[in-house]
Amino acid sequence: MSLGVAARLARRELRGGLKGFRIFLACLTLGVAAIATVQSVASGILASLQEDGQAILGGDIALRLIFDQATDEQLDYLRDTADGVTVNIEMRSMARSTTTDDSTLVELKAVDDAYPLYGDVELSSGRPLDDALASVDGRWGAALENSILSRLDLAVGDIVRVGDAEFEIRATIDHEPDRAGGQTFSIGPRLMIDRAALDDTGLIQPGSLIYTTYKVALPQGMVVEDYVAQLSEQFPEAGWRVRDFRNASPQLAETIGRLALFLTLVGLTALLVGGVGVGNAVKSFLDSKIATIATLKCLGATSGIVFATYLLQVMALASLGIVAGLIIGAAAPPAVGLVVADFLPVQVRLGVYPWALVSAAGFGLLTALTFSLWPLARARGIPAASLFRDLVAPTKGWPRPVFVLATAVAGMALAALAIVTAEQPLFAAYFVGGAVAAMIAFRATAWLVIHGAQRLGRPRHPGLRMALTNLYRPGAPTAGVVLSLGLGLTVLVAIALIEGNMSRQVRDSIPSDAPAYFFVDIQPDQIERFDEVVTGIDGVSGVVEVPSMRGRIAAINGIPAEQALVDPEESWLLRGDRGVSYAEQPRGSYEIVDGAWWPADYDGPPLVSIYRDIASAFAIGVGDTITVNVLGRNIDAEVASIRDINWQSMNVNFTLVFSPRPISSAPHTFIATVQATGDAEAAVQRAVAEEFPNVTAVRVRDALDTVNDILGRIGDAVRGIAAITLVAGTLVLAGAIAAGHRRRVYESVVLKVLGATRSTVMKAFAIEYGLLGLITAGIAGIVGTVAGWAVLTQVMNVEWTFLPTAVLTTAALCTAITVAFGFVGTWRALGQKAAPLLRND
Amino acid sequence: MASADQIDGQPGIRLAGVRLELESGAGPVNILRGIDMTIGAGEMVSLVGPSGSGKSSMMMVIGGLERPTAGQVQVAGHDLGAMSEDELALFRRDHVGIVFQNFHLVPTMTALENVAIPLEFAGRSDAFQRASEGLEAVGLGHRLTHYPGQLSGGEQQRTALARAFAHQPDIVLADEPTGNLDGTTGASIIDLMFDLSRRRGATLLLITHDPALAARCDRTVKLLDGNIVDDGLSGGEPLRAVGGK
Repeated sequence: MSLGVAARLARRELRGGLKGFRIFLACLTLGVAAIATVQSVASGILASLQEDGQAILGGDIALRLIFDQATDEQLDYLRDTADGVTVNIEMRSMARSTTTDDSTLVELKAVDDAYPLYGDVELSSGRPLDDALASVDGRWGAALENSILSRLDLAVGDIVRVGDAEFEIRATIDHEPDRAGGQTFSIGPRLMIDRAALDDTGLIQPGSLIYTTYKVALPQGMVVEDYVAQLSEQFPEAGWRVRDFRNASPQLAETIGRLALFLTLVGLTALLVGGVGVGNAVKSFLDSKIATIATLKCLGATSGIVFATYLLQVMALASLGIVAGLIIGAAAPPAVGLVVADFLPVQVRLGVYPWALVSAAGFGLLTALTFSLWPLARARGIPAASLFRDLVAPTKGWPRPVFVLATAVAGMALAALAIVTAEQPLFAAYFVGGAVAAMIAFRATAWLVIHGAQRLGRPRHPGLRMALTNLYRPGAPTAGVVLSLGLGLTVLVAIALIEGNMSRQVRDSIPSDAPAYFFVDIQPDQIERFDEVVTGIDGVSGVVEVPSMRGRIAAINGIPAEQALVDPEESWLLRGDRGVSYAEQPRGSYEIVDGAWWPADYDGPPLVSIYRDIASAFAIGVGDTITVNVLGRNIDAEVASIRDINWQSMNVNFTLVFSPRPISSAPHTFIATVQATGDAEAAVQRAVAEEFPNVTAVRVRDALDTVNDILGRIGDAVRGIAAITLVAGTLVLAGAIAAGHRRRVYESVVLKVLGATRSTVMKAFAIEYGLLGLITAGIAGIVGTVAGWAVLTQVMNVEWTFLPTAVLTTAALCTAITVAFGFVGTWRALGQKAAPLLRND
Repeated sequence: MASADQIDGQPGIRLAGVRLELESGAGPVNILRGIDMTIGAGEMVSLVGPSGSGKSSMMMVIGGLERPTAGQVQVAGHDLGAMSEDELALFRRDHVGIVFQNFHLVPTMTALENVAIPLEFAGRSDAFQRASEGLEAVGLGHRLTHYPGQLSGGEQQRTALARAFAHQPDIVLADEPTGNLDGTTGASIIDLMFDLSRRRGATLLLITHDPALAARCDRTVKLLDGNIVDDGLSGGEPLRAVGGK
């Protein structure tokens, strides 16, 4: 019954409109919209990965072999048991212009007539793919991504050379359905040719890094697991890696998941910052309701009815803000989809993602509850006697324990929601811990500022005196401003440092003696001539050639590698093939931390030198046995030494280096690094492309640019969401200043009447807000630096450098915003005429 | 010596040794210094005295809005000292009507809704019906859906009167109900209040600075510096000095 009365009273109170709740609504809407957008877009991408799984993978299942091809028996089995099979061969290669001899790295894909089994390849010309790739008058066709045309200054209809073969460019590729399901990290644009044309290129050489994928469409009703089980029963020794459409692009899914988590947490920070505004708004609102609450109590309302009435009202308004945020979030995927379409290999699926919206709403609701329960509980204790005593001072002190507990429970539920919904709960838990620590730090800072200002006594300078007293007088916005702006700035400082460190890492990772090029897939019989050609070019200073093959860690001391792994963090070691080499002498940039290198003329059983991380992943040391599968053959080798590798040297380093015999007799290729001056770079690439069409050149600078580009785009997304945090902080600041506006107007008028000039008053407010801004910026700088350090070193495992410019710029921004808002508020106050105010009072 | 509770045989309000001490920045302040007073049921009593004499505090103690530091308070047969905050609220809901100098209507509610509040709190299903009748009774039948901001001062106070009497309280406490009104409007409000009190048989305790208005009550109690100096029964000497009740 009393809840019904409370609901009726709340409904009537809502007639008061949104006055006093604009900041409250804006804070909630912003935060919820940020989270709902991130979650909806991520869900849209993941839905696309899931729903278009068959098209992204290119089949119901995909069987991948490196170097090797399936046997005829295996292929026949696939064709007999499946509805469709397509064979795709992928490798990196060089595309060369026949007119200018310019060349560029491409991701080459050779497809058969059955390709694609699912989805469609969309070509600019609108012609069918078969048609575009077919041989016409003895010349094969190629379809390629537009960027190849611009890099080589070619057009559709021109000729491009790949390996030993020439192709007529028939079309550009608008959409390749299984691009995201590709096997490797893509560093070049796609060039697609017919499977039969690949033989003409001469690129298929022993040991060349070639990925062959058999994509299979299963018969209707066939269960994936059953088919895969039959397959492994039939061909237990087949070395193929099997994936199915339900997890078509695990790496992309993982990346999106991690990015979504990071952005969600940044969004949650915006919501937490907004939460301070929510709390302030609820408190101001309830302060303005003291008379009404006391009246209701005089008329017989219990504290429970008062609490329920205003809780319902606040929650109704919170719902309004949350719904507005959800509408923005729900509408976001199409809009964001347009923006990210260019650099995401999958489409953002249009649609409303209920879970994304439910979790965003949950965050909003719990934030509203956490921050409003405290002032609501205090309002509940407003005595009816207030009406007779003309009490204007808000109630102080702690609410009853049950409400303190309820606030704590709401806060913990908010933390739990953040952790439970996170892709990486541990990271989210760190975030929650960090957020709580930051809030405590800013609360403590506010306390110190208030009490410090009180202890400073009364300086003679009137402006300074006023500024100091304004910091600690009753109802001063100090705590709110420090907390909200401080949290927002902490995020900005942390992000500026993380981004700065990442960029620096990429930029500085090119040592001065770094090679200009990596050349891969050099055949053993080409290596001598390659050396001659390259070293003969002016400006080339160093050429290093090392043998290269791929191998998979199969077992440790006879135990299958999956079971032998002791450090799950290092499970990446099992996910794919590792680069394998052999050497008589130590080479590359490393330091032997245990054991010793084998003698130059060693000819005994295989020995291996392993990277430190492999040793720790399997908890093995010198003397243990590691089994590596190279080209389908298991090689057992005894660990002779453990190395620490300096990956940033940009030299060719291998995690597994064997003693030369017997592994050197296995088919393999060479990788060469070439140091060259800027002028010589183009000449080197041209000479190699001309004489060794099968050799692929990777320009170090281009590869780093690609990484930088990706980092830059991620940075844009992070900055965008972080900006919302600052907007929320600014809103809270504006709210806090607006709340004090009436008092400020009155003060200004009285001061003017007493003879203060405008400039005295302005100076006082400038000092007040300057002090607040500077102190907040200082603490935000420290907390943000700690947060950035933690994320970089503990989560991302990246080397840390303090970047003072990033911190100082952000701090300056903070002070500028605070002072600007203070000035705007004061300017308006100073403009007020004295007479009407004094007459009223 | 006549005793107040003998006026009609049943005490409406009984205060015994009531003291009220409040903390202030400058130390404790004695507001009420041991009040003994009895008001009979249905009696109309005015409370007069200079500002700061303790009139409002005494009224708050009687309304259960303030807890005395010492002494006993019995109102409409209830011992207020034994009640919790919420029990006091329910007690007011069922037994007390209050009229304020500043009206204290809830600005977001219409006149009808304002009057219905105590009835709604009491869970009365006919709250709006009775509130409407109450407003009719004070001559505001045509203003039911108006908000306080749309009513004149007199209309607001009439609404407040209708609210104070809506649940047929045993006790009505009025704190300078005409203080914010002009003379003519104030007079009509007072007529109305006396009329309603009489018709409903409610005990009325009226704080006022107006001697003429005080004189219209059955008796006048005078307060000075936290003491009753005249209870309207014993001829102007401090009641305590002559033995109280």
